Amino acid sequence: MVGAAPKLDVCALLDDRFSLRHDDNTHTTATHMAHIAVDPSIPGIRSLFTFRPETGVPLTRLAHVLLHGESPLTKGERELIAAFVSHGNKCTFCTMSHAAAARHHYGDDKDLVDEVVFKGDNSRLSPKMQALLVIAEKVRRGGRIVTDEDVAAARAEGAVDRDIHDTVLITAAFCMFNRYVDGLKALTPSDAETYVPMGALMAERGYARD
Amino acid sequence: MQQPNASIACGDASGPHINVTSPLPGITGLLEERLDTAEHIRDATHALLRGPSSMTEGERELVATLVSSRNECRFCTNAHAYTAARYDGGMSLVQDVVRDHTAAPVSERMHALLHIAALVQSDARSVDDAAITRARDAGATDLDIHDTVLTAAMFCFYNRYVDGLGSSYPSDESYFETLADRLTTTGYMRKGLDGTH
Repeated sequence: MVGAAPKLDVCALLDDRFSLRHDDNTHTTATHMAHIAVDPSIPGIRSLFTFRPETGVPLTRLAHVLLHGESPLTKGERELIAAFVSHGNKCTFCTMSHAAAARHHYGDDKDLVDEVVFKGDNSRLSPKMQALLVIAEKVRRGGRIVTDEDVAAARAEGAVDRDIHDTVLITAAFCMFNRYVDGLKALTPSDAETYVPMGALMAERGYARD
Repeated sequence: MQQPNASIACGDASGPHINVTSPLPGITGLLEERLDTAEHIRDATHALLRGPSSMTEGERELVATLVSSRNECRFCTNAHAYTAARYDGGMSLVQDVVRDHTAAPVSERMHALLHIAALVQSDARSVDDAAITRARDAGATDLDIHDTVLTAAMFCFYNRYVDGLGSSYPSDESYFETLADRLTTTGYMRKGLDGTH
């Protein structure tokens, strides 16, 4: 059973795009309006999937297969890549939710998630995962900058084609999801505790709940 | 936007980073490599680019082309340039948009939407109220704004998938005309590629 989320300084993750005014409610849900008329009771990306289900349904299925389907990478490793990439793209909603999902998968070792995602400390990751995160960071910035040497370094640590493929695909997909959320200014809860049950649901039941 | 640096090794200089079984170039080969994810990628793409929308197919293809060119993805830029050229304005309009989308001969609504697409490509957090207001004032609907943002985001996905794995570039550029034939008729679904549904 996952413990309470660490007391992260969520405000530090929110740049001045987000108003920090809180509504009268004790339960802070969001502090801004999305750019389009989404359902205000649904946080984050799910409100966008609901706005346009023709694209929302296949995108949730993609997320489910990516993060819960077959891969040589564990579910925890895949959620870690998702959170890492989202943090690099400064997408608060995706970073917080996927870090929470990753912590749920890592269980007793959940501090690893915060070390990697929020403190830039990869030292406790396997050498293979460290090499794959180098590739992920480059893909995040632009796929053209991935070099043969980056790939060779991952292979030297035991990465096979499918590890590399899935790392690139997850990274690319989160470069989409992050932009979707932030480009439409989807409602982003500012209360770190909100993400704990969200992460548990994502980790246990996945994404294609249609 | 980063300028291309000749000293940075590019995937297509030495071949794909992984073994891709299919002989098809670029995304078309990658979408044969892992069918469980490809199915949903195709479904989302077909719905977004060919399904009912308040944007025309040509407008959506212009967004795809602009974003791919800004991401410097040669395969995707050409695939969507040749496809966009099949719609109103032809290749001349496509080139105008890629060269300078702020000066291209498009409607004010499309100017505003292309501006949003460019912001999504570079830093989606920079899509501010002013950019949205500009689009609405020019007649853009919520669906226009949604589809522009998601198309731009989706091409940031495609461009990274294609280039991140160093996937192959067609040896003959007539490939893009054949691809445009397909994308403007059957669209983005897999049906018919190998005779199966």
